[in-house]
Order: sequence, then structure tokens, then C-alpha cells
Amino acid sequence: MLQIKDLHVSVQGKEILTGLNLEVNAGEVHAIMGPNGTGKSTLASVIAGNENYEVTKGEIIYNSKNLLELSIEDRAREGVFLGFQYPVEIPGVSMTNFMRTALDEIREYRGEKPLSAAQFLKYMKQKKALVEMQDKLNNRSVNEGFSGGEKKKNEIFQMAMLEPKLAILDETDSGLDIDALRIVANGVTKLKSPENATIVITHYQRLLDYIVPDFVHVMYEGRIVKTGDKSLALELEEKGYDWIKDELKA
Amino acid sequence: MAKDEQKIIGDVTNSDYKYGFYSDIETDTIAKGLSEETVRIISMKKEEPEWLLDFRLKAYRKWLTMEEPDWAHLNIPPIDFQDIIYYAAPKKKKELESLNEVDPELLDTFNKLGISLEEQKKLAGVAVDAVIDSVSVKTTFSATLEEKGIIFMSFSEAVQKYPDLVKKYLGTVVPIGDNYFAALNSAVFSDGSFCYIPKGVRSPVELSTYFRINTANTGQFERTLIIADEGAYVSYLEGCTAPQRDENQLHAAIVEIIAHKDGEVKYSTVQNWYPGDKEGKGGIYNFVTKRGMCEGDRSKISWTQVETGSAITWKYPSCVLKGDFSVGEFYSVAVTNNYQQADTGSKMIHLGKNTKSTIISKGISAGKSHNSYRGLVRINPKADNSRNFSQCDSLLLGDKCGAHTFPYIESMNTSAIVEHEATTSKISDAQLFYCQQRGLSPEKSIGLIVNGYAKEVLNQLPMEFAMEAQKLLSISLENSVG
Amino acid sequence: MTDNPKEIALELKDKLLQRFESVLPHFESDESDFFVNKRKKAIEAFKEVGFPSTKNESWRKTDLKPFLLKDYSFSFTENNNNQIPSAYKCNINQFDTDLFTMVNGKWVNGSDGVTTYDNGTVVASLSTAKIAFPEIFEKHFGQCVVNERNGLIALNSAFYEEGYFIYVPDNVSHNTNLQMVNIIETNQNILTNTRNIVVLGKNARLKLVHCDDSVDNQYSFINNVTEICLDNGANLDFYKLQNKDDEAVVLTNTFVRQDSDSNFTSNTVVLNGGLIRNDTYVNLNGGGANADVIGLYLMDNKQIVDNHVFIAHNVSNCTSNQLFKGIVDNEARAIFNGHTLVKQDAQQTLALQNNNNIQLTNISKIDTHPFLEIYADDVKCSHGATVGQLDMEAMFYLMQRGICERNAKMLLMVAFVGQIINKIKLPNLQKSVDELVRKRLKGELSSCEQCSIQCAEPDKPLHFDIDMSKV
Repeated sequence: MLQIKDLHVSVQGKEILTGLNLEVNAGEVHAIMGPNGTGKSTLASVIAGNENYEVTKGEIIYNSKNLLELSIEDRAREGVFLGFQYPVEIPGVSMTNFMRTALDEIREYRGEKPLSAAQFLKYMKQKKALVEMQDKLNNRSVNEGFSGGEKKKNEIFQMAMLEPKLAILDETDSGLDIDALRIVANGVTKLKSPENATIVITHYQRLLDYIVPDFVHVMYEGRIVKTGDKSLALELEEKGYDWIKDELKA
Repeated sequence: MAKDEQKIIGDVTNSDYKYGFYSDIETDTIAKGLSEETVRIISMKKEEPEWLLDFRLKAYRKWLTMEEPDWAHLNIPPIDFQDIIYYAAPKKKKELESLNEVDPELLDTFNKLGISLEEQKKLAGVAVDAVIDSVSVKTTFSATLEEKGIIFMSFSEAVQKYPDLVKKYLGTVVPIGDNYFAALNSAVFSDGSFCYIPKGVRSPVELSTYFRINTANTGQFERTLIIADEGAYVSYLEGCTAPQRDENQLHAAIVEIIAHKDGEVKYSTVQNWYPGDKEGKGGIYNFVTKRGMCEGDRSKISWTQVETGSAITWKYPSCVLKGDFSVGEFYSVAVTNNYQQADTGSKMIHLGKNTKSTIISKGISAGKSHNSYRGLVRINPKADNSRNFSQCDSLLLGDKCGAHTFPYIESMNTSAIVEHEATTSKISDAQLFYCQQRGLSPEKSIGLIVNGYAKEVLNQLPMEFAMEAQKLLSISLENSVG
Repeated sequence: MTDNPKEIALELKDKLLQRFESVLPHFESDESDFFVNKRKKAIEAFKEVGFPSTKNESWRKTDLKPFLLKDYSFSFTENNNNQIPSAYKCNINQFDTDLFTMVNGKWVNGSDGVTTYDNGTVVASLSTAKIAFPEIFEKHFGQCVVNERNGLIALNSAFYEEGYFIYVPDNVSHNTNLQMVNIIETNQNILTNTRNIVVLGKNARLKLVHCDDSVDNQYSFINNVTEICLDNGANLDFYKLQNKDDEAVVLTNTFVRQDSDSNFTSNTVVLNGGLIRNDTYVNLNGGGANADVIGLYLMDNKQIVDNHVFIAHNVSNCTSNQLFKGIVDNEARAIFNGHTLVKQDAQQTLALQNNNNIQLTNISKIDTHPFLEIYADDVKCSHGATVGQLDMEAMFYLMQRGICERNAKMLLMVAFVGQIINKIKLPNLQKSVDELVRKRLKGELSSCEQCSIQCAEPDKPLHFDIDMSKV
């Protein structure tokens, strides 16, 4: 589904990703871990198409398409979803209007007919139940005045609405209490299918108790330096990252 | 004359104004009044080259066609330009070799001001180009600067020694006909400072000048020109105090700054001209044109000012952001008390791409004073991705004063982002109570709160200057509550 | 005729001065000395100050001169048998208002020009009201208008003939919304001086909608003065909709005088026009009074919109809020000049002032001047102004969810203007303005959509806003 080859990325002349390789197949869950400032969020942003990042070398192939040539919204319509670490507040744009516009456009891209208003509302209600979201959020502006937990739930809700093929969850667990974490994780697990894949970017092992990864990658200095299974996450939790740095030096 | 003497005695015994005294130095003055002849005499006395006389005459002729501006939120009494002496210089006794040879009276003056040259030299590592009235008396530290190729001397001296440099830059940022007072200055300017930092040189010390109006009825028309060549850096300090006078005195200075590619100039001022007495009598009229040209890419000009003095202040330090990625900054604290009036602010003219400007202005009004912020931010059509952020806050102490804000924003580019914010408030009773409950006097409390309020700006000043400025703020606001 | 613009502009002034001499006998025969003397004083003021030019500080950014060069005919030369343009008759059934119409500066409702409601509320043409309600009229006419402030006001005070007069008695909550429509339909270049007076007694309440429309593409010059007096506790919602053709000049000067605890909300929506300039002067004269002066403008082509708001806090404990938002496209220009004056005794003032702009092209121009002039210390005043583009972070977020750039922009622009539209308290009006704005933003304001006949969809509710120039 996703092949990243020798990816180099710079921001304002500073190289953040330094030759990253990653392959993700349908049905898989990948966890990316690593110390602060190693380029995890940069990777997520680049896949989504944030123009602040300059790809200087390498390629990203997504379902045999050159992802780097697609616009931000076409990537989204192709099924790339980014759960933002810090979802932006958009005053004046209601959640309903926002989701309706997004869904209509994605359906149009896929050659599907738009949902009627009634169908849409029903669909939305269904998906809200999944993340235990309250109805009143409908009329609120996107993320405006949401608590940290609500914002993250809102990201998962949108993911449920848009049914992406590749979901990248950037630090979705940060700032969540244990109940919210459970809800978010359950949402993600329920949305999992053999056709889609998930990349979970996280600091902590605890999210991985709920979303069990098939692969765990460790990022350091802009590259993936170690890959293992679930047990690697546990090892990191126990020993920290220093031993990997030491291993690299050796 | 007896009347004058009485005034002087009165001045000395009245300690309202800490720096209000009169120093008795023999001065060489010309007759009152302004004419083409006056301009020629000034130029002749200063032994200026032909081109400079032409410059002055052109400016004078331009000035004759102009009208005194009246758009500021100021009440300016009529100024009789014929009742002003346009040239006064301390009489040269002989060439001075060292500080010891400087007129002892003059040194005494500096000592009273707490700016002894010796001490400055030793303690602060600051080169001081001290100006009494219109002519530079002493330049120190020139040797240190010379090593680096830095030119820092009186304007008159520069005209003699580096005529090409002066000619190249003079009037390029502030054209002779820029405004009424700029035209006047261009015609009759007496002296000032000239500073040139060569390519790639970072000035190792903060350059500093002290200005002082000394002779009665003498207009003061300084001219300052600062050039940072490619990659050069300089931090420049200017501080003013003036003796107490009953007649209003006019001060119309021009400061021009040019920053070439990657060059940076940081210009800091503490302005404490005599503000007039508690009844609003006397005081300096300060009409200043200060402008910087960010000529080259990535150049930067930063203005920081602490304005506590003058009866009337009319001053808008500005930046023309011509080079791409150039940066302009303006940080200001303006305090007015009693009957002072200030109309001050900044202009940021964005011409180049990706240019950025910041305006932080803190106005504090007390007594029966009026304090206005007036600013212009203009984004020209080619200034893609330009940014401006302005914040202009006013603090009112007492209910007889005024605080006004007049921002002008003009945008002609779709990619520009201009933001202006302002608030007007007073010191809250809760804040005062809190401080007093912790044992501070009301005045100390206000000083503390005001300094906190102005901190963003004070932090921009070099250390010693910041200390001085903090003291000044408190002194200026004495008796403003009650 | 001369080609020199300056002389032509002078010509218009001279023409008007001459015109005054010729119509003076007409005024003298119809009116009491009280009014005639006011006119004479006003024409003197006009003679003195003339039309405002860019040399006047408050007109520095708005050049009236090109619009003074047109050869205008004066409304008072026309006779009074105006009809509502036939196309206009069938509008706004769904919009719950009592409609009063003026065509080319003349009143067309009813032969006697007076409507008196059971609750005592009066809506009348100015000329009728002058005779029928002399006491109220003379008490409020010209009370807060300063002729010398600019020549346009003086011109209006000298020449005004018609306009509307609305009076709501003490303690009356007038429950039907009043809609005043001023249509220009003529094959001449017309210059009109309309004058409106709105008086609300103690605790009276009213919602008033004022529309300026034009049904042709002729040059027109509307010079309007509106006087609004709100007694203690009165409450007025004043909506102004301006949807003119590109040749139209609309200049309005609105003077508001507010007593204690009165509330004035003015919401001005400008969608089109050649030059639209709205000056609003509010005097808060009684404690507890509140004024909200807000507005929205969407300008394109070479249109110019200029909103000037002056709010004087003359006494303590008043609140005011100025908020104008605009989107400026093509070569259009938008000017905002807000001025809040807090006088020395006006303690405990709360005054807000904001102007936000989105600039869509490099050839458009935005000038914003949010001024504060404050002489009291125990006040909370703030102002802000922004000029910018859409929030790029929000754009990225929307596009990441699959929304195309154009629609993402639309969503953000609609959200941007929503803050003003949401403050319209008449639901149907809010809905129509919202629709109109969306269409305007999409560039879909086609002739069919604007046409009142709606032949394609006879069942579709009609828009209240009609711009026949596009038919």
C-alpha cells in the first residue's frame, strides 16, 4: 500500500528526515516510536502533503501512485487520513457543514452520489456512537472550544466518517485520560479491516495495549533505525531509548 | 537681563526637574533669525564644501514653500522661526588633547548629569561622542573603533574627513522636502553624529551620544547618519537631557539609518528633554524625523525609544523595508505627565518580499497630558508574504489625561498579514491593593506596575540604559497619583 | 461645458447653488420660516465647504471627484407621480415586513403618505409628517446634525424634500418589522437628497430594514441623511442593505442620539455599489446606553466602500461595539475608519472596535484606521484590525479531509462573514443575506438568481433583494 524510499525532507534549509524507508501493507498496524525531535510528526505531515516541508530526495508510492505529485485533498480522497497532534480550531465552520462538504467531495471523487441530508445525518449519528461523541458537537465550530480529549475524539470520529485506507494517527494518545484513551483506541480498533492500514505515532507503549501493532519502528535522527514486533515497544518502555543510541554508535 | 537671572536662580532652586540647571559656557552664537544668509553663515562657519551649502540652500527654499503640519493630535503654540538662534558653538579655546583639557565647566555639567566621560569610558566600555548644543566637543574611544575601521565622529568632522561617504548617503532616507521640520533641519543643521560600520564588522562597543540643549533660545538641529554596510552590526545609543528654560525651545533633529545586505542597526533612545513645569510652562518642542532604510536583503533596523521628556513630542521612527526578508522593529514607551503632549509612533513601509515588521508601543498618560500613538503600516503590491504585528497599549493614570490611538493600515497585497491590537486601561485597584498590602507605597507600586507594563520595550534596551530608563519612568510619574 | 475636472466639479457646486435660488420660492411658499431658515443656513455652509475632497482628513482615501463630474439632474425637477417599478412589486412575500417604497427619492405609498398603526406608531413621508406632526417633527429635526462637518450634510439640509418619518410612541413595542426601500429607476443621471427621521419614545422598540436598490445602470448620486433619536430605554435594530449597480454613488450620514439605557444596533451589509460611503455618528448621552455598529462588505470590480463610524461616549456607563468585516476582490477598495471618543466624564466605558479584512488580490486595496481617543481613565477600550488571507493551517486541515481548495476557501470565507450575518435578528432576513452572501462569494450571483420573477422556479421563495441591472 505505502512504500517510502530514502526520504529526505527539509524545513527552512534544515534536514529533518535523512533517508527514511518504510513499507506498509493493507491490514497492518505500524507503530512509530522514538524520542522527541526525531522527525515522527514531520513524516506524518509529509505524507499528508503539508507544504511547509520540502522533500529533497526519495519517493513515496501509495497504491502505485506517486503520492508526492498529488494535492493535499487528492491524497485525502485517495484515502490518506492524518489524525493531527494539534487539531486546529476553525471558528465559524460547523462540524456538520465541514463533514458534509468533505464527504461529498470524497464521494464525488470516487464517482459516488452524494448522500441525502437524511442519509448523511443518520450516517453521522452512527459514527458518533463509535467514539461516544455527544450530539451537541454537531453545531459547534470545528474544534473550537473543544477540550484536549474532545479534539482527539473528534479526529477519530472524522476518521470513521471518511473511512480512509491509510490512517496516520500523530500522537493521538497525548493528553488523554485513561477513559478517553480507551474510547479512542476502541474506535481505531473497530475501524480496522483487512483493506486498510494504520500508522500510529506515539511516545508511550500504553496506547499499544489497546491498538496492537504488527510492527514497531524506532525513529532516530530522521530515520527508522530499528524495527521489531510488539515486544520492541515493551522493551522500549522498560529501557528507554538510550540503548538504541548506544547500539547505533557501536 | 535681571529677569533672566532671577529665572536661573529660580531654576536652580526648583528641583522639580533633576537635570534642570544652566551651565555657563561661553558660546559663539550668530544673530537670531532665519534667512538664506543664515544658512550661508552656518555653512561658512563650519567650512563646508560647496555641495553641502547647495544641499542646505535647496532645503531652505523648499522649506519656504511648506506649511507647518497640523494633523497631529497636538496643540502647538505658534513658533516664531525668526526668534531662534540657528547657530551656537562652545568657543574653541584650543585643540583638545585629552579629557583634562576639556572646559572644566563642561566636565562639571556631565558630572552633574551622571555621565562623566571618564567613568563611561572605564565602566561601560561605551564610546561617547558628547554634544553640547550643536558642536561635538569630544570623541572618545576613537582609537579602539579605528582598528575595526569603524568611523564614529561628529557630523562636521565627517564632512571634512569623509565627504564622499556623507555625500553618498545624506538625504537619501529623509529627503530634504520630506516634511516641514525635516526641510528646516536640512537647511540649518549644526552638528550631530556620523557612524559608518564597514562590511562584515560587528561593532564591539555600543556607540553612544549625549545631546544637550544649553544656550537659551537656541534651536537644536542635530543630524545623525548611520550606515551599516553589508553584514555589519552596530548598536547605537542616544540619550538626552536638557536644562530648564522658560522660553520654549525647538528641537528638530533628523536621524537617517541605512542598512545594507545582512546589515543590522539597533538604535536606542532615552529622551528626557525638559518637559515644562507643573503648569505646563516652558519645555522643549521635539519634532524629530527618524527613518531607517533596510536597503539590502535580510537587513534589519530596530528602534527602541523611551520618551519621558519634552513639552511636545512629534516623532515617528520609521523603517522602509526595501530588501527582501528585511526586518523593521519599533519598541516604544512614551510617558507624559502634567501638560506634556506626545504624538509618536512608527511607520513601516513594506516594499520587499517576505519583509517583517513589529510595533510594540506602550503609552502612559498622567496629569493633564495627552499621549497619542500614530502609526502607519503600508504593504505595497510587490511585498509578497509580508507580516506586520502591532500592539499599542495605553495606560491612564488619573482622569484628566488622554490616551489616543491612531493606527493607519494600508494593504495592497493579498499575501500580507497585518495585525493590530490595542487596549486602553488603567492600573487596577486590585493590583495597587495587592502591592500595598505587601508593603509598597502607592508610588512604588505604580512605578513597579508601570515598569512591568513597559517591560517588553525596556527589555530591548542595553543593560545600563534599561536601568536608567526604569528610574526615569518612576521619576516622570512622581506625584501623578493622589 | 469645460473638460477641466476641477471646473466641472465646481460647476456642479455652482449649479446646485443656482438651483437653490430657483427652488427657494417653492420652499418659502410651502414651509414655515423655521425650516426655510435652516435651509438658508445650510446652503451657506455648503457654499463655504463645498463637496469633500481628498484634502479633508476623513476623505483622504475616498475620492469623490470622479463622481462629481457626471451630469446629474436633480430629483426636485421631477414630478411626483412615481410608480413602483412593476418588476419590483412581487417581492419578499416571505419576508415579514410592512414595506414602504421610495422611487427616485419620492415617496410612493398611499395618496396621503401616512400610515398610522393602532398602537400609535406612525410611518409617513417626510413632507406629510412635517405638516401632520409638526411638534414631534420640529423637536427632532436637525437636532444632532452638524452641517459644517461636511458639505454633503449641508447640501442635504438645504435641499432635502422627501424621506421617511417614523415615530414609535412611549412604551410601544412595534411588532411588525418596517422595511423602507429606496429604488432608483430613471433614464437620467439622478442626484437625490433624502432625509429620514426615526424617533423612538421611552422604552419603544422597533426593527427597521433599509434597502438601497437600483434598477438601471444610470449614474446616480444618493445623498442621504438619517436622524435617529432614541429616548430612555428605547431599542432600535437598524438593518441597512446596499446592493447597487457599479455606477451608483450612495452617501449616507446617519446621526444617532441615545438617551439612558437605550440600545441601538445597526448592521450594514454592502454587496455592491460604485461608491458607497456610510458615516455613522452615535452620541451616547445617557448612562447605560449601548450602541452596536457592525457591518459586512463584499466588494469586487472597481467598487469602493467606505465605512466611517464615530461613537462618542459623552457620559459614564455606556458600551459600544464596532465590528466590520469585509472581503475585497479585484480592483476594489475598502476603507474603514472607526473612531471611539471617550469624554472625560465617561467613566466605566466599555468600547470595542474591530475591523477584519480578507484581501483576495494584489490590485485591491484596504485601508483601515481604527482610532481611539480617550480622556477618561476608568475605561476598558480595545481595538484591533487585521488584513490578511485565510488561515493556512485551517486550509490544510480542511484539505486533508478531502475538501478542494476552492471549497475550503469558501467554507472559511463563509465562516469569516458569518460572525456578522449571525447577528441579524430577523430570521428570514438572516437567511436571505446568508444565501446572497454565499452566492456572491461563489461568484454565482447570476441574473436569474437575482431576478424577482423567478420564472424557472415559480414555487421558490423569492429573494428580497433585487438588482435589476443584471436582468
